[in-house]
Amino acid sequence: MPKPLIGLAAGVALLAALPLAVPFMTFVVTLAVAKGFAALGVALLLRAGLISLGHAMYFAIGAYTTAFLMQKTGITDFAILVAASIIVATLAGLAFGAFLVRYRAIFFAMLNLAVSMVIYALCSKLYGVTGGTDGLRVGVPTVFAWVPEKAAFDTFLLYATLGLMLVLGWLGHRYLKSPLGHALAAVHTNEVRLEYLGVSAWSTLLTAYGISAGLAGLGGALSAMAIGHVLPEFAFWTESGHLVLTAVLGGVGGVAGPFIGSIFLELVHVVAVGVAAEAWNLIIGVALICVIFFLPRGLFGLIEGRRGKTGGTDL
Amino acid sequence: MLQTVAPLLMDALANAALIFFVAFGLTLTFSVLRILNVAHGSFYSIGAYVAASAGLFIVGAGLNPWLTYPSLILSAAAVAALFGPLVEKTLVRWTYGRGEAVQILMTFGLFLILEDLQRMVFGVNSLYEDTPMALLGITEIGGVVYLNYQILLIALAALTLVGLRIFIRHTRTGRLLHVVVADREVSEAMGIDTGRMFTLAFTLGVFLAALGGALATPTTGVAPGLGAETMVLAFAVAAIGGLGQVEGAALAAVIVAAARVLAIYFAPELDAVAPYLVMLVVLLVRPYGLFGKAAVRRI
Repeated sequence: MPKPLIGLAAGVALLAALPLAVPFMTFVVTLAVAKGFAALGVALLLRAGLISLGHAMYFAIGAYTTAFLMQKTGITDFAILVAASIIVATLAGLAFGAFLVRYRAIFFAMLNLAVSMVIYALCSKLYGVTGGTDGLRVGVPTVFAWVPEKAAFDTFLLYATLGLMLVLGWLGHRYLKSPLGHALAAVHTNEVRLEYLGVSAWSTLLTAYGISAGLAGLGGALSAMAIGHVLPEFAFWTESGHLVLTAVLGGVGGVAGPFIGSIFLELVHVVAVGVAAEAWNLIIGVALICVIFFLPRGLFGLIEGRRGKTGGTDL
Repeated sequence: MLQTVAPLLMDALANAALIFFVAFGLTLTFSVLRILNVAHGSFYSIGAYVAASAGLFIVGAGLNPWLTYPSLILSAAAVAALFGPLVEKTLVRWTYGRGEAVQILMTFGLFLILEDLQRMVFGVNSLYEDTPMALLGITEIGGVVYLNYQILLIALAALTLVGLRIFIRHTRTGRLLHVVVADREVSEAMGIDTGRMFTLAFTLGVFLAALGGALATPTTGVAPGLGAETMVLAFAVAAIGGLGQVEGAALAAVIVAAARVLAIYFAPELDAVAPYLVMLVVLLVRPYGLFGKAAVRRI
């Protein structure tokens, strides 16, 4: 068995076993991995050199889709909710992405920000649909014919989330190794050359943008189920900033990076809440600046570097 | 007719004046340093906190209430003197010439740090200190009541716009700044200390943001989360005007403020959306803003 696979197996086993030893970690790990999906979406775009300051909107769209379907239509099945959230977020991503991916650099960041702030404002103002600033409550979903208790569902949600992480992580890995995935990095290095080679930068980026929106939507749906409540703040620009931060902290060099970043952040959060709850933002702000200074390839870069691999992806 | 429109217009212009300071600071920083400072809104709220605290101290100590006016300006200057050179020389300087992602992340990290520092220093309660506004009283023209403080704000914004124009066009330092904006490498080769210019421009940007915050406290007060809200608003205004365009920022501030006032008047639920909808529409038609110039694609 190759070394990275052993590391992966050990990591996943640890995540799966940790909640058995410490029950409240069920929630922490579920939320961490859920946010990891959204951070992975952001990381895909970062590979193309595009920084989105608005991806929290797809996270919110996924979360609101789940909450809305459960409250207004009575659909409670886990699989349908997750699938619907991914589809709605992906469609929204393709619709907005169709014009957003024409822009680069700061303009891309700012237009994403503008769209996400419109979504944020709509979420907090349309009381009839979104519950306004109160948000929407999310009940306990059912799993096919099984109607679980809250505790049982939380356990199920953890393992379902971990399972999804493995499946989608592998698919994401295949995607990055495919020509379409390599074209992303080529957009970053030299977009015009890519187009001379006959590859459309627009469709390459739109594909990535759609995938990233879908991933963020999935993260939102899983978070909504774990937290039991959705709020307009999910779409606020600082949340988008946190997603980028998570991706960069973990490293955008591989699929595992954003998940490592997200789990690391949530674990530090758990510790920090006990020790210095007031200074949480301060701590991650300093951590972010340290990563930018000293670890341009993120935590994942540490692992990758020790394997002696070259050609990691910098920012 | 005039009775309805005139107060609206005054509200819009006073609102525009406040946004203008912070957006102008952002756009100035961008035009000289070529970086988008995500922590810019924090300087606005720090300016507001310092000014409100100073005002409360002056009133509490029973000093002459007119002292609150110089204290507004001095608060902003103190914030700029403290943070401007420090931040530019340690964090921002390191990101020059690196990708936008690094610059945005670096300043986002700074934003997070400043948010918590504000909470630690000034607490989580909102501060409100309206002595400067109360001192000036009101003016009644044609049966319509105006706050004199609003008129002062508009005058100050106009003065700042003209003053900085003169500074950049007609003083040695201002012209050097202009040269650095036009061509960084050549100006360096001509012996201009670009590092000093960058520090100067960044500090000036911080000062304008802090001044906007300080001037806003008498009308709106200051509460946690103000920095994050102001940031996006300043973003929207700077982007609509075209990043790096001074007159653009002024016009955009008026447009955004007008949109907000109209929204509050006719469709209150759209108040918060209005600036971003305007930004979205403008950027879709003119991605480089109303006054911006299109950049050539790199090869």
